[in-house]
Amino acid sequence: MSEHSYVETAEEARRNPEYVRALQELLFQAADDDYILAYRGAEWLGLAPHIEEDVAFSSMSQDMMGHAAMLYEMLEELGAGKADDLAHMRSPDAFRNAIIIERPNGTGDYADQPHYDWAYAIARYSLYGVFKQIRLEALAYSTYVPLAQAAGKMQREHHYHVRYWHMWFKRLASSTDDARARLNAALEQVWSDIGELFLLGRASASIVGFGLIAGEDDISQRWMNATRNMFASNGIDWPGDWGVPVQKGREGQHTDDLAQAVSTLSEVYRLDPAASW
Amino acid sequence: MSNRTDPDRALDNERLAKFLERIDRGDKIEADDWMPDDYRNQLIKLISMHGVSEIMGALPEKEWVPKAPTLRRKLAIMAKVQDEMGHGQLLLRVVEDLLAPLGKNRDDLLQDLFSGRLKFHNVFHMEAPTWADAGVIAWLVDGAAIITQTMSLETSYAPYARALQRICAEEKFHAQHGESIVLELAEGTPAQRQMLQDAVTRWWPSLLMFFGPPEGGTVSSNQLLNMRYKIRSQTNEELRQVFFHKYVHRIYHLGLTLPDDTIRYDEAEGVWHYQQPDWDRFVQIVRGNGPCSAQRLRLRKTSYEEAKWVRDAMLAAPRAEHMAGGRL
Repeated sequence: MSEHSYVETAEEARRNPEYVRALQELLFQAADDDYILAYRGAEWLGLAPHIEEDVAFSSMSQDMMGHAAMLYEMLEELGAGKADDLAHMRSPDAFRNAIIIERPNGTGDYADQPHYDWAYAIARYSLYGVFKQIRLEALAYSTYVPLAQAAGKMQREHHYHVRYWHMWFKRLASSTDDARARLNAALEQVWSDIGELFLLGRASASIVGFGLIAGEDDISQRWMNATRNMFASNGIDWPGDWGVPVQKGREGQHTDDLAQAVSTLSEVYRLDPAASW
Repeated sequence: MSNRTDPDRALDNERLAKFLERIDRGDKIEADDWMPDDYRNQLIKLISMHGVSEIMGALPEKEWVPKAPTLRRKLAIMAKVQDEMGHGQLLLRVVEDLLAPLGKNRDDLLQDLFSGRLKFHNVFHMEAPTWADAGVIAWLVDGAAIITQTMSLETSYAPYARALQRICAEEKFHAQHGESIVLELAEGTPAQRQMLQDAVTRWWPSLLMFFGPPEGGTVSSNQLLNMRYKIRSQTNEELRQVFFHKYVHRIYHLGLTLPDDTIRYDEAEGVWHYQQPDWDRFVQIVRGNGPCSAQRLRLRKTSYEEAKWVRDAMLAAPRAEHMAGGRL
């Protein structure tokens, strides 16, 4: 299979085990990013600074959960297992989300004394939002046609998310000194993790070789261009080189925060995975 | 006229007489229309309690949003809780218009909530320890809410009626979502059925209390005044009876039992007889002494206080909204 040949169906993909392996790896990255960040969003439910924000935030978390579900279903068609098992039964080391995604919203449990940081939420979602937009644009050219089509669908919803986060980014950057200082502190925190988002993990070479998505450097360059503009237009100084976390989330190394998230997400399903819920 | 309104004032006040004529004619009152103080106050009390209950109601269900067992259920409960917050938002806007002439706003309402002056529905003070509770809340608590809200669709206050039209339409989806969860558990494994039975048993007294105490009991209420003003058209007890009609057989049909051996329908009287819940406990619960009252209020209060800087930023921000959607 050459890198330019398109694969129309899951069945066709499954005839080439190497292709499927690379594709699954990429799909887990994208699905797990959205799934875990939708979970972080759901933790904010009822706690956002304004009731209007609660409604908007919740709507975006739903979209993201919907995107994750779409991708897990795609994995199911590719023989990775049942979508619900993928979401609930994998051990944390099978997750491929970047570490920035699993970072908690703040301290405390979502139902007991949460002290969540709106500035961190805005910084993380804004910068992830830009990344996801670029990833979806790149996926629209994927050789795996069902993925390219799904990316188109997701882009239509994601467009509004980016607008929303960008509005908040601007609001915090251009309002009170306090808000701006909090945004800067949050950006610094995000910056130390952000470099991992662009990585494609151990299967990077074959993911790119099969034409499933553009390479890491290409994606990170596009992200940097977009983000530089966003910072400049809001008078935020460019923080310089970004960091990467100690753990390699794209390779299945995670913090305890992910283990805790997965355990919460799967608490009921694990009572009886064979039962109908 | 009910002797609960003030007849002297009615005589003295031509405007009040005209207002009551409008009510009797079935006219609908708009926010800018003249209205007597007690009408306004009853509306503020009723709608702010409804609105804040929607918001506080998101908290027990929120506990189950991430834990919903499947991807499909996760999406459905996320949508549901979002709707509830949306209802809260819609209702608070209706109250804000009623509060404006009194020089009050949403912040005052939330402060009243935190201080305990503004009550929220008894059901949202209760624990929701299992997934089945999430199902029972959506099926029966939302089912109970549909009954009271359907009655209120005819309310004399037009902005409330308009908000309720949308709310009722969405609540029906919620009740279906709840019924779907409940059916799945009812047809499931013995452990799933037990989880469901426990939740129904746990929620039964709260569901009876949801409609409020009966008139003439030890707990006073404003139902007669509200009926005079056509803010509502049925008593608490009438609504509770509608609930029994609609749900008791459906609960039995699922093979579930109720924690009330005495409940029965009297064909001749056309009335359900049942064991009264502990109304003293009801008073305690809505006063903020329910099992989860303090914890949920603390959640709301902490997040509100810690986000003060965000609200300050929103007030200070230049109209950034107009810039949103521009190029990144």
